[in-house]
Amino acid sequence: MDWSLLLQLTLNGLIVGALYGVVAMSFVLIYKASQVVNFAQGEFLLVGAWVCWWLLTSWQLPFWAGFLVTLAFMTVFGVVLQVVVLRPLIGEPVISVIMATIGLGIFFQALMKWMFGVFAQPFPPIFTTERVTVLGLEVQSVYLLSLAISVLIMLGFWWFFTFSRHGLAMRATAFDQQVAQSLGVSVPRVFAMAWAISAVVSAVAGVVVGVVNGVSSALSFYGIKVFPAVILGGLDSIVGAVLGGIIVGVLENWAQYLDAEWLHWGNMYAIAPFYALILILLIKPYGLFGTQNIERV
Amino acid sequence: MLAPAGDYRTSYREDMTIFPTRNSRIALWLGIALLCLAPLALGRYELGLLINIGFLGIAALGLNILVGFTGQISIGHAAFFGFGAFASAWLHEVAHIPVALCIPLAGLMTAAVGLVFGAPAARLKGLYLAIATLAAQFILEDFFARAQWFTGGVAGRITEPFTLFGWVADREQSYFYVVLAWTIIMFVAAANLMRTRDGRALVAVRDHYLSAEMMGINLAYYRTLSFGIASFYAGIGGALYAHYLLFVSVEAFNILFSIQFLGMVIIGGLGSVMGSLMGAAFMVLLPEVVQVAADALSGSAIDRALRLGASISFLREMAIGAAIILFLIFEPDGLARRWRLIRAYWKLYPYSH
Repeated sequence: MDWSLLLQLTLNGLIVGALYGVVAMSFVLIYKASQVVNFAQGEFLLVGAWVCWWLLTSWQLPFWAGFLVTLAFMTVFGVVLQVVVLRPLIGEPVISVIMATIGLGIFFQALMKWMFGVFAQPFPPIFTTERVTVLGLEVQSVYLLSLAISVLIMLGFWWFFTFSRHGLAMRATAFDQQVAQSLGVSVPRVFAMAWAISAVVSAVAGVVVGVVNGVSSALSFYGIKVFPAVILGGLDSIVGAVLGGIIVGVLENWAQYLDAEWLHWGNMYAIAPFYALILILLIKPYGLFGTQNIERV
Repeated sequence: MLAPAGDYRTSYREDMTIFPTRNSRIALWLGIALLCLAPLALGRYELGLLINIGFLGIAALGLNILVGFTGQISIGHAAFFGFGAFASAWLHEVAHIPVALCIPLAGLMTAAVGLVFGAPAARLKGLYLAIATLAAQFILEDFFARAQWFTGGVAGRITEPFTLFGWVADREQSYFYVVLAWTIIMFVAAANLMRTRDGRALVAVRDHYLSAEMMGINLAYYRTLSFGIASFYAGIGGALYAHYLLFVSVEAFNILFSIQFLGMVIIGGLGSVMGSLMGAAFMVLLPEVVQVAADALSGSAIDRALRLGASISFLREMAIGAAIILFLIFEPDGLARRWRLIRAYWKLYPYSH
């Protein structure tokens, strides 16, 4: 047993898992507010990261300015998607809505490849990279920064849903749309807002990953890794999403450890979460914190 | 159903025919006869497109039985299609079974695999099933890359051409008939399936599964059965693909391909047998149209500014995504409904009111 490697991988898992948690949170936000399963969540990361990269390299903006413009763009992007594509599909069967988001996903993935090429592009150096020692392990400072940003976003979500007026309106809509409407909440506006917030938060995650690893179409895979996380945590639970994301992040790193030390199958890192996903669906399909759906005739 | 006035059915037998009028029967035989003559008139490229429409249409029909008739969903159809392709090639190489027999056997093998992954489908529906089949897609893709004995690994697997009693179908002109025969068999089988007790049970499960259960339909059995049938169709389609290209590569059966199958079903029309074929035709011809449009613009200022020629594959993917979204918003019942409207219009022309 190589304890230091295991510890290192666990730490990596926590850092990546926190990012999964952030993306899963924005996925759950859309699902809770508007009952849409967003298969294009990964493309939000992709679009956000590429736009920011483009502003920084082609327009030579300083990082803070490029970042703010990206967030503004993603707000508009999320609202436009909701209004143009998802609003006409309200009341359609689940399959149609799922297919529409899948269609959006492949459309934007191809669009990004067309505009920016298929190769990974590094962000211009923004922060000086140093190695920091935590608990006897060497960690790059960028990774710690990414962890800090993830935690910050999670705290932001908590504040938003507990104290802000819009957050409360959103929770009311998720609980019962008719009651929320009768209390003066504009449900269409809540839907649009949910998409905007989700797009912005995913874009932040996308930029963080881009700064650390470079921007490439691999970013959209985060949108697929979200599914094991949200199913594990329960589809309509924000806390569950965060926890699920962290568990999936740690799980895939442990699977890699297991693979490297004993199994030697290869590719376990990418595939283990999906085996876990099937198992969870068989045993506990509503996840750890999800609401069990009771059907009456 | 739009039927001319005075067309009353007087027996159950009449009510159950697939082709209700004499004209529809004549049209059917005429259509088949025309297709039989196609290899004499068309070039290799056009025949290739027709062959593609054939085997993709068979697989899309399977997915339509699952999605359109039973109301389940699968985002892993391409993986089953690929399994069928590898299974047929593997059977021929390992057991030396003639290719003509390998194709149905590959269908049965794929159905068996589909039943394994369909086990969760007995309990899940809607979105949960979508996610489960997404996982199946990745697990099967990983299996293809890993199982060297079965798929040939990264190098892929070379397949033998179709032979029957010494007749070798190694060119488009001859292979076309193989695909045509299989397409007719599979489509007639599906149309008949929907008239049986089992087919009606599937539709009942889609329309209201709680009522269906109360009427004595075993939900778990029919959901799993539907998954098995869908995989069988995918396996047949995949096997036909393998013996057409004569080479099967591991990377071909990715998630984009699965989404294309779903697109065919949506564009063709959910719950329509002929719609599956129309959807497959649309998906095959769409890239051709994109290519033609790009060729027409090549050399112009637009081409130079947007690098159309170099990025044609991305344009195709975008066209697929856009087509799915546009159909969902503007024509959710797909090409099958459009076709019915056109037919009804001409049937009553010029007194349509």
